[in-house]
Amino acid sequence: MIKVNNRPIEWQEGMTIKKLINSLKYSYPVLIVTINGEHIPREKYEEAAVADGDDVKIIHPIAGG
Amino acid sequence: MSCVLTAEKVQKLKAARKVLKEIKYEPAKLEKGYANKTLYINLSDNSIVSKDVTEKMKDVFIGGKGFGLWYLWNAVAPSTKWNDPENEIVISPGPVGGITQYPGAGKSLVVSLSPTTGSVVDSNVGGHFGPLLKFSGWDALEIQGKADQEVIVFIDGNKGTISIEEAPLEAVDTHLIIEELTEMYAESEEDKRNISVVSSGTAAQNSLIGLLNFSFYDKRRKSPRVKQAGRGGIGTVFRDKNIKAVVVKFNGVKGDLNNPVDLKKIQELGIKLHKEIHDFDAIQTQKREVGTANLVEIMNDYDLLPVNNFKYGYHPETWKIDSKQIKKKVTQNMPDGCWYGCSMACAKAVDGFELKTGPYKGHKVLIDGPEYETVAAVGSNLGIFDLEHILECNFYCDTYGVDTISLGTTTAFLMECYESNILNKEITGGLELTFGNKDAAMELLHQMSRGEGFSKIAGQGVRKIKELLVKEYGADSHFLNDIGMENKGMEYSQYISKESLAQQGGYAMTNKGPQHDEAWLIFMDMVNNQIPSFEDKAEALHYFPMFRTWFGLMGLCKLPWNDIEPADNRQTSEPAKVPEHVQNYVELFNSVTGKTIDKKELIVQSERVYNFQRIFNIKMGFGQSLHDNPPYRSVGPVTVEEYLSRQDRYDQQMKELIGVDPEGKTIEEKMQITRKYREDQYDELRQTVYKRRGWTENGIPTLEHIKNLGIDFPEVVEVLKKHL
Repeated sequence: MIKVNNRPIEWQEGMTIKKLINSLKYSYPVLIVTINGEHIPREKYEEAAVADGDDVKIIHPIAGG
Repeated sequence: MSCVLTAEKVQKLKAARKVLKEIKYEPAKLEKGYANKTLYINLSDNSIVSKDVTEKMKDVFIGGKGFGLWYLWNAVAPSTKWNDPENEIVISPGPVGGITQYPGAGKSLVVSLSPTTGSVVDSNVGGHFGPLLKFSGWDALEIQGKADQEVIVFIDGNKGTISIEEAPLEAVDTHLIIEELTEMYAESEEDKRNISVVSSGTAAQNSLIGLLNFSFYDKRRKSPRVKQAGRGGIGTVFRDKNIKAVVVKFNGVKGDLNNPVDLKKIQELGIKLHKEIHDFDAIQTQKREVGTANLVEIMNDYDLLPVNNFKYGYHPETWKIDSKQIKKKVTQNMPDGCWYGCSMACAKAVDGFELKTGPYKGHKVLIDGPEYETVAAVGSNLGIFDLEHILECNFYCDTYGVDTISLGTTTAFLMECYESNILNKEITGGLELTFGNKDAAMELLHQMSRGEGFSKIAGQGVRKIKELLVKEYGADSHFLNDIGMENKGMEYSQYISKESLAQQGGYAMTNKGPQHDEAWLIFMDMVNNQIPSFEDKAEALHYFPMFRTWFGLMGLCKLPWNDIEPADNRQTSEPAKVPEHVQNYVELFNSVTGKTIDKKELIVQSERVYNFQRIFNIKMGFGQSLHDNPPYRSVGPVTVEEYLSRQDRYDQQMKELIGVDPEGKTIEEKMQITRKYREDQYDELRQTVYKRRGWTENGIPTLEHIKNLGIDFPEVVEVLKKHL
């Protein structure tokens, strides 16, 4: 189990930030991603591994609309 | 544009003109963003009066929407109705409005009593009118009274003349009249860019959801174009006053006309933002390519795009109407700002669109947009996934003068009523108003222009239709109140708020009704989970409505605030607020006016006006807790099919959030449990928000609070005391 934005999500073997974003259908073009507080730049999403128990934040910096 | 406007026709229009009143004036020179004069016109007796702007007005109400509210407050009594001569239309740009160095500085704010809400409404709009009005020497235009024949008001800011003219031959529909008037008042092709026209359309006079179009001349396309003040039915007020158009002409727009105290600083701020837009727009929100339509597929992905009267938030056919398809239609690589210097350039246009229906069938026209709201309102929310239809509907709504949001939400409601057997062909006059029936939806709009058939009911808006269906056809009022997406008499804008408690408040705890320009908190709440507690949500429902009110005081557009973000925004403690841009606005205001506010005082400036508007609502018989009740459709699933469509989600929430095992329960039982929980949550949020805003449990600002804000004028206190 991992936490994404403080909500529990089932962890899966081989999970990366890119796979996680895709599975959550997070298509908003500007995201702020951290794993256990460490910032993950956009170009590292594919290789950034998510381990079981990680605390992931995927913040959509939008209060607009 | 399609109409053939010959020199002969223009001569004929001019010859039929009769000047009813004309005055000369000395245009005021602007000082620190203000002309310090406002223009009052009464169409009942054709009086034209110049009013002084006091320091107190500037300190308390700032400008824009603030000036509009203050003038309207003084013009109307609690008994005044929208169609009484006493009602006014006030247009004001605000002190920062008209600068050309910083993107998004050409907005006008329009204030009036609304035909659908019965209370005060404000609507913001681009186009050139507001800045040209100010450069002509007026911080606001106040129109009261009612003309006894069709008139045009013309302000010439160079010659210093104001005239009220009989206009018997001009068209009413916007795409025609803006072309006629631009042609008539311009002395040359070059001069056309100095003209801006406010107009409405034929459907505005036959419905309560009329809008105002504000024109600007696109010299590349050699055509006038329009932006819309859509919300609240102000176009209907405009036509009820027998106004065909208000025209302003000013030649000589320059970057320093506001006479700001620190032009260099404004230039620095502007250059910084232009660079951000240049560097990041393509990878952020693509405003320069598709305007606001980039949201279509995003909202669909997050289950937030309204489908079939806000029942669902997703539809598999959305790809047919998303921004990729829209991008193929809107002309690319053309600077598209609706005011000079706006590099965000979101005012997209479809050129040479051939109309397939209606009185202008076969004409090739220019269509403004489509905006996200329009795509959702007249597309997905009606179950229509046909871009050609959406564009056609967009054009006709604009030229007929009808708000796409209110029309879409109302039609969606009618379609659900039809499919629920509350309406039938006998009542609709043969229109088969089922979801997805684009021909019926289009015919309803054309009827509205002609003032015929079922549109006479449809054009009343959701609240009045609900009342009629209950009274005349014995419909179930409980069900209609659940599915009728209105609050305070205004139709909801186009976002699903079921999974964001904060946004339910962001819609229903607004001053004018459920338009998302006060607060759009869905991602912060539902996706980011950044505001989990009631207190967190209440803080957001304090800060964002106050912050966003400020744009309307200044003459500024909201988009350059957070639809573009600095590279290091992610490293700030509150990225949703875009702190660097907030600081830009502080410095922009100070650089124009010479005042010395900080970001806290910015919020207080808004808070004064926001609370004043709340009290204005109270004065008009609204503005209390009961008026902040949302329709249940915006809070949770109303119907069985809705619950079943997201059953896993609702069942999981029942288990984890409510603490009830859904196993063995009927759908009806589960719906009841879900409803009670969600309604209780909303009530708790409401009380927490009221407390944060300095209001009583009934939503009334306390005397102490308004005293702290410095708006405890005797007439304000008098209104409040009746309710405290």
